[in-house]
Amino acid sequence: MKKGNKINTSSKMAGGKHARKMFGDDDKAKNFGKTIKTLLSYLSAYKILLILVVLFSIGSAAFSIIAPKLLGDATTKLFEGVVNKIYAVKNAGIDFSYIGNMLLIMLLLYIVSTLFSILQEFIMAGVSQKLTYKLRKSISLKINKLPLKYFGKQTRGEVLSRVSNDADTVGQTIGQIMSDSISSITTIIGILIMMLSINGWMTLASLIVIPVSFLLIAFVIKKSQKYFKRQQEYLGTLNGHVEEMYGGHNIIKVFNAEKRSIREFNKINNKLFNFAWKSQFLSGMMQPIMSFVSNLGYVVVSVLGGWFAIKGVIKVGDILAFIQYVRLFMEPIGQTASIASILQSTTAAAERVFEFLNEEEESPDNNEKFEPKKIKGQVEFRNVKFGYEEDNIIINDFSTKILPGQTVAIVGFTGAGKTTIVKLLMRFYDINEGAILIDNHDIKNIRRQDLRSSLGMVLQDSWLFNGTIMENIRYGNNNATDEDVIKAAQAAHVDYFIHTLPDGYNMIINEEADNISLGQKQLLTIARAFLANSKILILDEATSSVDTRTEVLIQKSMEKLMKNRTSFIIAHRLSTIRNADLILVMKDGNIVESGKHEELLEKKGFYTSLYNSQFETSSQL
Amino acid sequence: MIKLMKYLKPFTISIIVIICLLFVQAICNLALPEYMSKIVNNGIQQKGIENSVPDVIRKNEFDKLMLFIADEDKEKIRSFYNFLDKEQLSDLDYEEYLKDYPLLEESSLYELKALKKGEIDEINLILGKAILVSLDISENGFTLLPDKYQSLLGLDPFLIISTMSAEEKTIVMEEINKKIDQLPESIITQSSIVYIETEYESIGIDTNKLQENYIITFGLKMIGVALASMIISILVGFLASRLSAGFGRNLREKVFSKVESFSNIEFDKFGTSSLITRTTNDIMQIQTIIVMLIRVVFYAPILGLGGVLKVLSTDISMGWIIAVSVIAISVVIFILFTVTIPKFKIVQKLLDKINLRMRENLTGMLVIRAFNAQKHEEEKFDKVNRDLTETDLFTMRAFSFAFPLMTLIMNIATILIVWVGARQIDSGSIMIGDMMAFIQYTMQIITAFLMISMAFIRLPRASVAANRIVEVLDTKPLIVDSTKSKKFLKNFLGNIKFENVSFKYADADDYIIKNISFEAKPGQTTAIIGSTGSGKSTVVNLIPRFYDVTEGRILIDNRDIRDVTQHDLRDKIGYVPQKGILFSGTVASNLRYGKERASKEEMTYATEISQAVEFVLTNPQKFNYSISQSGNNVSGGQKQRLSIARALIKKPKIYIFDDTFSALDFKTDALLRKALKKETKNSTVLIVAQRINTIMHAEQIIVLDKGEIVGIGSHRELMKKCRIYKEIALSQLSKEELI
Repeated sequence: MKKGNKINTSSKMAGGKHARKMFGDDDKAKNFGKTIKTLLSYLSAYKILLILVVLFSIGSAAFSIIAPKLLGDATTKLFEGVVNKIYAVKNAGIDFSYIGNMLLIMLLLYIVSTLFSILQEFIMAGVSQKLTYKLRKSISLKINKLPLKYFGKQTRGEVLSRVSNDADTVGQTIGQIMSDSISSITTIIGILIMMLSINGWMTLASLIVIPVSFLLIAFVIKKSQKYFKRQQEYLGTLNGHVEEMYGGHNIIKVFNAEKRSIREFNKINNKLFNFAWKSQFLSGMMQPIMSFVSNLGYVVVSVLGGWFAIKGVIKVGDILAFIQYVRLFMEPIGQTASIASILQSTTAAAERVFEFLNEEEESPDNNEKFEPKKIKGQVEFRNVKFGYEEDNIIINDFSTKILPGQTVAIVGFTGAGKTTIVKLLMRFYDINEGAILIDNHDIKNIRRQDLRSSLGMVLQDSWLFNGTIMENIRYGNNNATDEDVIKAAQAAHVDYFIHTLPDGYNMIINEEADNISLGQKQLLTIARAFLANSKILILDEATSSVDTRTEVLIQKSMEKLMKNRTSFIIAHRLSTIRNADLILVMKDGNIVESGKHEELLEKKGFYTSLYNSQFETSSQL
Repeated sequence: MIKLMKYLKPFTISIIVIICLLFVQAICNLALPEYMSKIVNNGIQQKGIENSVPDVIRKNEFDKLMLFIADEDKEKIRSFYNFLDKEQLSDLDYEEYLKDYPLLEESSLYELKALKKGEIDEINLILGKAILVSLDISENGFTLLPDKYQSLLGLDPFLIISTMSAEEKTIVMEEINKKIDQLPESIITQSSIVYIETEYESIGIDTNKLQENYIITFGLKMIGVALASMIISILVGFLASRLSAGFGRNLREKVFSKVESFSNIEFDKFGTSSLITRTTNDIMQIQTIIVMLIRVVFYAPILGLGGVLKVLSTDISMGWIIAVSVIAISVVIFILFTVTIPKFKIVQKLLDKINLRMRENLTGMLVIRAFNAQKHEEEKFDKVNRDLTETDLFTMRAFSFAFPLMTLIMNIATILIVWVGARQIDSGSIMIGDMMAFIQYTMQIITAFLMISMAFIRLPRASVAANRIVEVLDTKPLIVDSTKSKKFLKNFLGNIKFENVSFKYADADDYIIKNISFEAKPGQTTAIIGSTGSGKSTVVNLIPRFYDVTEGRILIDNRDIRDVTQHDLRDKIGYVPQKGILFSGTVASNLRYGKERASKEEMTYATEISQAVEFVLTNPQKFNYSISQSGNNVSGGQKQRLSIARALIKKPKIYIFDDTFSALDFKTDALLRKALKKETKNSTVLIVAQRINTIMHAEQIIVLDKGEIVGIGSHRELMKKCRIYKEIALSQLSKEELI
């Protein structure tokens, strides 16, 4: 719980995935070792491929490392030939066959090395994509196995969609990290060996600059990190301000507050500028420093090489080889910093994914025999005790029996938790004590799938998905034929309106499901419930945002649907409430009162005050 | 991208300085291989001797050389040398010279004066040729001597030359020079080096020391150059980061101010979230691009061109290798792009799709489980997941070919250079150091080319961002104050009159509202009701000029609202939107949007009426209770109450409640309206509502349907004569409640 909250606040502050990425703290794995272990266990499925990757990348690095030495040898031969010629040694000349051979060998080495590195990257791409695929798939499977309790907080949705992005990050970077670090290590070791084989002193001298550069880099990173964090902070503040001001543009205009808003913006903007250029400047210093260090290595090699060459300790070509080695050596060193930071964000991402995948799942199903289509529709609540959190029981010892065909109205203010009953009935949440029985079967003892097939649902935020209308209605029963769907649509009085749409039943509902109106959406979900043909219904009455005519239509088809079915209605309309066989009055998620309309009015309790405030009469104004 | 460039103007000087610095940096970086080449060529190969002009030479050797030199040149060369002789030097000088040249004791010497570079070049070749002839005589027995004189070779060759007549000597020398000219210059230099080295040794100079000094001197020069390059680079970094951050800041400020001047029309056109991205992310992207632009797009061509110039200035004819490798790499890049770019677009779409599926799974969880559709959803997800994986894999694999191939091309270029270079070294046209430097230059040129092409991958994305910014900056707000705006009268009443008002969006065909005429009087409440999409909110949004009417006019106190300034107009209006909108800060800072210096009492009073006082006063910080961004830490109902208080504190003559009350529960709604009634006694009140009981007591109710007025009157009247009103009413309340 705590973690979810933390992530959310910071992501809001930084205003986006990328900004957050650079934030630092949030991006560190809490348990680095454990995450890496889990990641490795995931990767172990591709053991053989990964071994190949390692071999190829070692091979590729090794082969390309030998080449400069050969180049050096060729150059030396060239040099000897020239010098001998100058000093007019008899039969002197350049040994072209030797040089040619060397170059041919080099060419071969390079080609082999290239082949290896292509193979290595090719395989690695496969592995990392498979891993990404697997992680995403696990996440999608996991979502359906988690208890609804997990999603209790709205913000979870945000966290989750990020988890899927995290899966991407892990997959994309793991390959890079693996091949980069393997080839870096191979390169460093290989080059060291080659350099030492040429000359120990020169190796020492050219590498002495490395610790110095590390110190410098650490210093620069530390400094720039500080400014970077501040920059991200102010970027977050700025984004927040912009979001607010644009979001409340009308308010700003009508209160003539444009100047005030711009003043505030400039204040933040100037601070941002200050930290932005500093962090940019400091982090930009890395590159010149690194290249100076690398140039220093170059000079050391040139001078010392020259010196040793005169003394005859090394050959001229060795200088050339050395220069190449120093250059090759600096590359992985320069990469270390970036590999480290990528590794950090990868483990952080991986940790979030694994954390999600390790969440506790729904209790396994029991297997009592239960035939959803053959039930009568009797529902009984027996001493039900329930709370979303263990220490906050909101339904205490609630008992009632609803006979087949009866109607239950659920009433209460907005946000009073009217959907709690629905969630319990559907077994989205398990009750703490007591039992809910359908036709005398404890719903705990039957398969969730069977239970839910016996319940039809028409909710207020009618949930449609990106697909055709036909597909959307068919959701009620995947085995239904097109004719079945059309029949259900006719029963729900929706067939007519579907025909007026472009493409009719084949019209595609867009991603935001906003190309049809709210009322039409609700009609479609009623059709869906018709198709599902369940004995028990859960309904949500239309709200005022539906236009009047559609509302009448919805009411009509709902009534038709309710015939001969046990119905639970989240009710707004007085007539519905009055005619209900049972009214459940909700407050703060709790059933505070229950009974028939007249009974409840007599009690002069919460229902009475609710009734009075909802339908206040004119005399009071 | 180009269009944004004009905003770089304030930074012109910075840019010029940066470019100059980059030139210097390029020169520094290009100098390094040259120095290295000198160390190899002159330092190692030529023992630290740079050219054919000896620093010091024995008198008899000097005289010998003079034999092969034309008279006019002789004079010049003589003038460049000091004659050192034991007898002629003062004792002190002699001692000094003796340290350097031990041979001075036995033989007179010529010492080179301190010369300018050009002067050395003048005599370099002349002396080189003379040395070559002299060497030829001493080592090979004068093979250079023309054939017809070969018979004379029994004698001392130097004697032969010296005894020749001037004419004869000229002819002979011409013949010899012809032969020498066929030799590469480097052979002349190389042989001079050998000659000079022996000469130095006979004079007693430590040639090893000379060589070491040469190398160390150049090493120090290299360090100096590298250091200079670093300092310049850091300077560039300093200027570039200030420039880019400053550019970003200016741009952000411009965009933000511009957007603040926008009306709703522009907001609708761009979309709020798009405007946010344009102000924040897009500019941030440009800011990063600018740094890259300076560091790469400016620098790489300078470096690359510099490399090319360096290459051209040497005698090495291997430019074609560079050209071929650049072309080869271009081909690889081109193929890579043509193959991957269309896929990238697909990947982006699939990513959106996968996020959509994920989101659907989350938002529709209840439904999915209710209908036991988990399997179905998993399969749908799996399909997208598979598609995405395959497409991603394709692009990644395309890249896995490209990069190793580019490295291979660079390596092959190196091999080619050595192979071709070896031939040219053999023929004496270049030296080894030159070849080594050439390799470095080639790498520099290719890297520069790679950097530029990589930069160009990012440019299209940046130019998208840039265009989005320019779009905002180039937009002229449609609602502006008229040039001859008038003021409202002192005793402002707030009488609102709609005269045949119609409105439609500029690019739409259908009118949102048509032919609306009514009058809202001070002291009265005018309510507007109708189903969704009937144009209720549009009617009231025209009053503060969030939009301008398309036809007809709106008069306030008999003045067309387009004739007063927006500031003046809005000053008179208290507006409460459908959704309570608060800004980060405190409760007080939010209320003070209504009145900048509102006192505590005023705030308490306003919150009392809006039913928010309990919420404010029960928490310990009271009016200093901090409100987080967009008021997220306050419930919807409280936000609404506070935003009502914000309007109340302004004490305006006109109140607009745009569907304000539907977020409140009925009880609060009732209490609030009761309290409001008193407060708004002398004001014109406009209420947009969906609930009948919110408005049934208004003096005037306007019923809208499809943008037109279908009924106007009191509740009772409308119940009788307006069918739509009755339908709405009956759908919400039972008959007995509607009396």
